[in-house]
Order: sequence, then structure tokens, then C-alpha cells
Amino acid sequence: MGRSSTRSISTRRRRIWDRLPIVSHLRQSVGVQRWMLVTGLILTGGFLLTALLAPLIAPYGHAQLGDSKGSFGVQQPPSAQHWLGTTVGGYDVLSRVIWGSQTAIVVIVVAVILSIFAGVLLGLVSGYFGGWLDRVLVMICDAVYAFPSLLLAIVMSIVISGGQSSLVGGILAAASSITVVFIPQYFRVIRAETVGIKAEAFVESAKVIGASPWRIMFRHVLRNSTRTLPLIFTLNASEAILTLAGLGFLGFGIEPSAASEWGYDLNKSLSDVTSGIWWTCLFPGLAIVLTVFGVTLVGESLNELGDPRLRGRKAVAADSAKVTLGAALLADDAAGVLGTHPDGRPEND
Amino acid sequence: MTDVVEVSDLSISFATDAGAVRAVDGVTLSIARGEVLAVVGESGSGKTVTAKAILGLLPETATANGVILLSDKEGTKTSEVLSLSKSQLRKVRGTDVAMVFQEPSSALNPVYTVGWQIAEGLRAHGKYTRSQARAAAIDILERVGIPDPKSRVDYDPHQFSGGQKQRVIIAMALVLNPGLIVADEPTTALDVTVQAEILDLLRQCRDEFGAAILLITHNMGVVADLADRVAVMYQGEIVEQADVKTLFASPKHDYTKRLLDAVPHIGQHTARTSERASRMAKTWAEEAPLVTATDLRIEYPGRFGRPGFVAVAGVSFVVRPGEVLGLVGESGSGKTTIGRAIAGLVRVTGGSLKVLDLEMNGIRERVFRTVRKDIGFVFQDPSTSFNPLLTIAECVAEPLIVHGRMKDASSARARVDELLEAVQLPRAYGDRYPHELSGGQRQRASLARALALEPKLLIADEPTSALDVSVQAKVLELFSELQSEFGFAALFISHDLAVIDILADRIAVLHDGELVEEGIGADVLVAPRDPYTRQLLASLPVPDPVAQAMRREELHRLRAASLPRLTS
Repeated sequence: MGRSSTRSISTRRRRIWDRLPIVSHLRQSVGVQRWMLVTGLILTGGFLLTALLAPLIAPYGHAQLGDSKGSFGVQQPPSAQHWLGTTVGGYDVLSRVIWGSQTAIVVIVVAVILSIFAGVLLGLVSGYFGGWLDRVLVMICDAVYAFPSLLLAIVMSIVISGGQSSLVGGILAAASSITVVFIPQYFRVIRAETVGIKAEAFVESAKVIGASPWRIMFRHVLRNSTRTLPLIFTLNASEAILTLAGLGFLGFGIEPSAASEWGYDLNKSLSDVTSGIWWTCLFPGLAIVLTVFGVTLVGESLNELGDPRLRGRKAVAADSAKVTLGAALLADDAAGVLGTHPDGRPEND
Repeated sequence: MTDVVEVSDLSISFATDAGAVRAVDGVTLSIARGEVLAVVGESGSGKTVTAKAILGLLPETATANGVILLSDKEGTKTSEVLSLSKSQLRKVRGTDVAMVFQEPSSALNPVYTVGWQIAEGLRAHGKYTRSQARAAAIDILERVGIPDPKSRVDYDPHQFSGGQKQRVIIAMALVLNPGLIVADEPTTALDVTVQAEILDLLRQCRDEFGAAILLITHNMGVVADLADRVAVMYQGEIVEQADVKTLFASPKHDYTKRLLDAVPHIGQHTARTSERASRMAKTWAEEAPLVTATDLRIEYPGRFGRPGFVAVAGVSFVVRPGEVLGLVGESGSGKTTIGRAIAGLVRVTGGSLKVLDLEMNGIRERVFRTVRKDIGFVFQDPSTSFNPLLTIAECVAEPLIVHGRMKDASSARARVDELLEAVQLPRAYGDRYPHELSGGQRQRASLARALALEPKLLIADEPTSALDVSVQAKVLELFSELQSEFGFAALFISHDLAVIDILADRIAVLHDGELVEEGIGADVLVAPRDPYTRQLLASLPVPDPVAQAMRREELHRLRAASLPRLTS
């Protein structure tokens, strides 16, 4: 069986590469879907790089009001020294925008970490065991859904920092309010998947083998139910950014001395708009829009590419290939002269 | 022109994630007026795609080359399907060519009455007033044998049985009086007794309505029963085309020969089973049974105070060590429920079911888990019974790990390799994922997993019904070899008498939750006592057109005799 063992190694290597979510999606995509994904990836990648390299690329600190030549001055238009001008508080706009990406990313990470574990675990248990526990949890989650997240965030920020806008307090307020709203989302998705997978034959076969409920849940159900998580993650990330910006805009954000935050800068630039000072509001706003746009594009295209019915494919010429799929995936039913074809033949699609 | 449809040099390719795949390769066929052409082949041979191309129903990912000339019933107008625009296609569909689908329960829209759905087809092709359309619907329902069509025209699809739904779908196909009906596995989802009735109806379509039929099927019995001519497809090509009698009597192509050889015949194995029975008889009766069901009742709870559904109503049987009990019955007969109850997947609600000396009525999962290692289970659909994220080796090792025989999958690998070899799979397949195996290979792996702990009892729930006939033959052979090698007792559940015949020492026939007949294979299959068993046997089409014609007569006589008892 030398032939088949080499083949199995090569298929394995291909699989690991292919199973990385975004890489495999990028390889599959064509046309508009590819454009969406690539645009989203560029925007998101730019956002991540900016956050990562902020100390290197930002010309000044986020709370810096002047340098060796003296203070920056207030509401200076864009110049060689301050490419995007300065704010009403005398900060450099470019630096604030760059440093702001770091704050945004911290909020996303904290919010997602806080919500994903709780949401997934609750969804798994609730979906697998069902019964009264399931009903109670579903009801609570429905109630939380009905609650406006921004209002919750304001309450949280008051509870956590007493309305004071420190760095940790601001980030935690934004993150935890987002958490409370996100847990039901993860819960719902994982629960729905679990309920479906629970009825699959492989879960029953694990039951027949005699596996304990916990083993079934974590070995057989959990990994099969996390397919949609990357999608929710990206959609939630953009929502997290918007909530943080909303908080900052309403004045519950983070003090400029503690960290840079796009929503706060937007708030402070309100009065500038009427006096023709466009640079203070344009760039933080643009940063929010582009980041949310990029992350949402990635999420949306992951959604479409993950679904074979929505995924576009290149047209092929009728005589471009022989019947190859069956041959590639398997050649020989062990004793088989009459090789059958695996699933995934077009007509079974 | 004399043919309803002429397909010449048709090639169809699909764009898939794995690149271009050619599903149909240079197919040429024609169907004369009022003729039934059967296209047979295994899954993936391109037969359904060919049929869909004739209706212009190919998905957007497909590219088709070649010519499909379709003429109307009178032969006055001919159109080339592949070059028609969408609106022209809509005109052709229904009037010139109609389709009967495989799964009657999903082909009807559940929120409209059947009368509305039949009228929908009429309205798409002409002006009908409400009462005219209704009258036409009633008329066609009556002609396809729906009793009391005047009131049932207003029924919703869920008020019909599976066989009646298929009749309604055939009515929808016939209402515009098309020259050609494409029937894609029209009886695969139906029970064998209902299948016989639908085949009669399709024959009537040809004889009374004068429609030609393109019959897509993998069941050689159905072909022998209905077809005039047969085209055998293999890997996208037609390998043989012949008159039905010629094809069955003297197949030319190797593939056709193998296909016909693989089809199980009733009575083929009677000699073998009676030999097995005689070998077992000495000690068999005295041994303590592994499974004893006494007046077993299983009821599924109803909703909101409605009475529950009785799936099993007072069944008694035993399974003794080392024997294979074949449990046969149609859908809804309770055969699967019994198998699942023995495996502890369904609650027993009445009577007694003793499995390995444990009373299942009211048992707790915690208690039952200790004997699970002695019970193996093979599921019906091999594509869903493996965790898609684990390799085959990990899946097969799972029972060993769960019962503490091995620490993890890698330490169990040696044993897994042994098991894979026992089911004739190469060791290297252990590293593959389930989707990288074919259906037959997966079912072998499924057997390996079920046998990992060397159970005393194996429950096989329709293990071959999702497989192609040639693969089925091999899996059954393997099953029988393993059974004699490992010596486990087995409860083999199937709807197919011919399959049960190959394996079972004793056969139990279930009907509507009751055991109607039980005995050794030779008795039940050759000289059945119960009228239901007799009808079941007579309904099973045999892959031989001449013999099948005689059996059909026999069945009609039987049905006339027991009409009040069985009407679909």
C-alpha cells in the first residue's frame, strides 16, 4: 500500500493548510466575494498592523502636548510637522488615531475573551442537556437581547469607575458591557448547533459506545459546533469598536491622558465642525468607519464562503477535465473493482 | 421525427472546490414515443445529471456541451434544450417534459393544498378559471388512483401517505399531458409494497397517457419490472444500451455483468442458511438468550395530551448467542425502534426487554453503561455516523478509550490496525478523515468500531441501505465472514428481504409494530404463512424481466385477495 500511504501524507498536509479558516476561504473565493474578502483583509490587516506598530509609526505620544520646540498649538491645520493637524486639546491628530487602534484592539480582545468562553460553555450545556436549564438560560438570554447595549455600557462604566474615565475603567466598562450582550449571541449560536449535532448519528454512536455526556460534549459536539464562531467573532469585533466609540462620544470614554480613543476625539471635535476645522473629526471618524467596514467585510465574506450554496465558483469548460474528483480522493474500495465515489459529487450537492 | 428526446454526445462538467469535474462524458441516447428507458448506474455515475439536463435544470456551476433535441407529444415541434432561453425552457417544462422526484415528502409544498399545486402547473401554461383548474385537478387525481378525489383535492400534503404523495406528484407531472416524464428514483424512498403500486401507476402513465418515461434508478428489480430498454451508465459514460430482456439475459459489458451479479436474489442463499441452521440446531435452543423481549411495547409520547404513537405493540422474540436474527419490515413497522431500544437509545414503555440480563424497562443509563461494551451498533448512514473532525483511527479507538482499555488514540493504534485489517481496510486509511472514504469503506470502518470491544451482540440498523448494490454485496459478505469469525450474535435490521436472506439464521417480520411471522429463513421466505409476508415477498421485484412479469400477476392476485387489509 505504498501508493496510498504517500497519498495520505500529502492529503494531510494539504488539509492542515486548507483548514486554516481565512486561508482556505481566500483560496476558494472568486469574483465579488474575493474582492470583498481581500478588501476586508487589507483593511483589517492595516488596523492590526497599526495597533501592533503604534510605538514605531506614531510621531508623538497619545498624550503629548508639545516637544522640544515647545507646545504643538491648538487646532493647527495639517502641516509637515503635524500631518493631520492638531486637536482642540492640542494633541497631534495622527498620533491619536494611531494610538486609538491599540485601545480598540484591547477592548475587542477583552470583550471577546470574557464572552466567548462563558457563551460557548453555556450554549453547549444548555443545548446538550435541554430541559428546564435550557429554558431558563434561553429566557435570560432573550431578556438580555432586549436590553440596549449602550445603556448597559453606561451603567457599567458608572459601576466600575464611578463615572471616572480611567484607562482600565474605560476599557473594562466597554468590554464588560459588550460581554453581557455578546454572551447570548455565542450562547444562541452554539446552542442551536449543539441541538442539531446532538441528533447526528455520530453522537448516538458515541452514546452507544458508552461515552459519558461530558466526553460526548467536549470531544464530539464542541468542535463540530464552532464552525460559525469566526463569523460571529468578526461581527462582534466591529460592534465592540462601535460601542467603545459610542461610549467615548457620550463622554464615558477614556481620558486623553490615559489612552487615545477615537470616540472621545470625535466628541471633542463637535464644535470644530461648525468653524470649518475638518481635520479633527474626519480622521478619527474615518478610522472607525474603515475598521468596522474591514472587519465586517471579512465576517460577511467568511459567512458566504463558508456556505457552499452562497459560494461562487469559476465557470469551467465542459471538456476541461476528466472525472477526477473520485479518482483523487479514493482509488480503491479495498477489494474494489467497482470504485464508488465519495460524497460531494455534484449531483449529491 | 419519431423520438421524444434525442441526446447526442452530451458532456457536462461541474466547477467544484476541487476543480473541474466531468460528470457526464459523451452520452448519446434516445427515447421513442411511449417507451420506458431505464438509466441505471451507481451513485456518481452521472445518471441524475443527464436527466436534469433534459429538463434544463442544471445548476449554474455546470457547463454542458452536446445536443438535446426534445419534441412535443405530437412531434410537431422540436427544441434544442441546451440553447433555450429561460422563458422558452419554462414553456417546454410541463408541456413537453415533466419530472417525478425521488422524495415525495419534500417535493410538495407543505403550505398549499394538492389541488392548488396541480392547478399551479396548469396556470403556468394557459388560461384556466378557478373551477376549470379544480375540475382538471380532480380528474387527474382520480386517474392516478387517489380515492375520493373530490374532497381530497383540498387536502394538504401532510394528510397523504408517502405512496399517495408520490401519486400526487405523478398527477402533477401528467396534468399537462407531456410526451416525456423523467422519473428520478421515483420509488427509492417508498416501501416495497407501495413501490409495486407506484410502478403499476407508471406503467399506466405509459399505456393510458402515452407518455414516454426516462426512469433513473439503481434498483435492477425496478428496471426489470418497468423498463422496455436499459442504458447502463458508469463513470459518466453509457457502457451498454440494450433491450431489457437482452440485457438481463446476456449482458455484454463487464460492468453490467458485475452489477447484475451483485444484486441479491431472494432464495439464493436458502441453501446456505438452512445449512447454518442445521449446524446451530444442536445447542442453539438451550443456550441462555442475550436478548429476550416479552410483550415489548414502545410508545413515543404525544404532544399536549394527545395519545402517544405506539411504535412497537407487544412484540416477543429472543436472540441467542451466535445467531443472526433478521428483523424485516417496512418503514413505520417499528424495526429500528426495537434495535434502538436494545441499544438503550429509546425508552421501553411496556412489557419486558432483557438485554444481557438487564431489564431495560425503567433502566438508568448509569447502570446500562457497564454492559455497553458487550453491544456493538452499526448505523444506517455511514456518512453521518463518524465524527467528521476525527480520523478513522481515532473514531475506531473511541470505544477502547471510553472503556479504559487504552489510554489514548495513539496507544490504541496497534489494536485499531488489527481491526481495520479484519474489515479489509488498509492500515493507512486510519489516518484519513471520514469524508475521504467512500460509503462502503466507511461502513467497513463502522463495523471495525462496533467490533472493537468484541461485543457479544451486534445491532446493525440497515447497514447497507445507503450503499450501492455492488458495495452492499461486499459489505454483506464481510459481515457474514466477521460473524463466523468473531461469533457474535446479531440483530440485523433491514427493509430488504433479499439482504436479510443472505445473512439471517432466523427472520422476524414486523408489520405496524407487531410481529407477524418468525422462523428460519427457508420457511419464511419460501413458504410464508402470514398474508402480509406473502405480499411483501411478492412486491419485491426480482431482477429478471420474465420472472418479474409472472410475479406481477401473482401480486395482483394477492392484492385482490387481501384488499381490505393493505391499501396505501
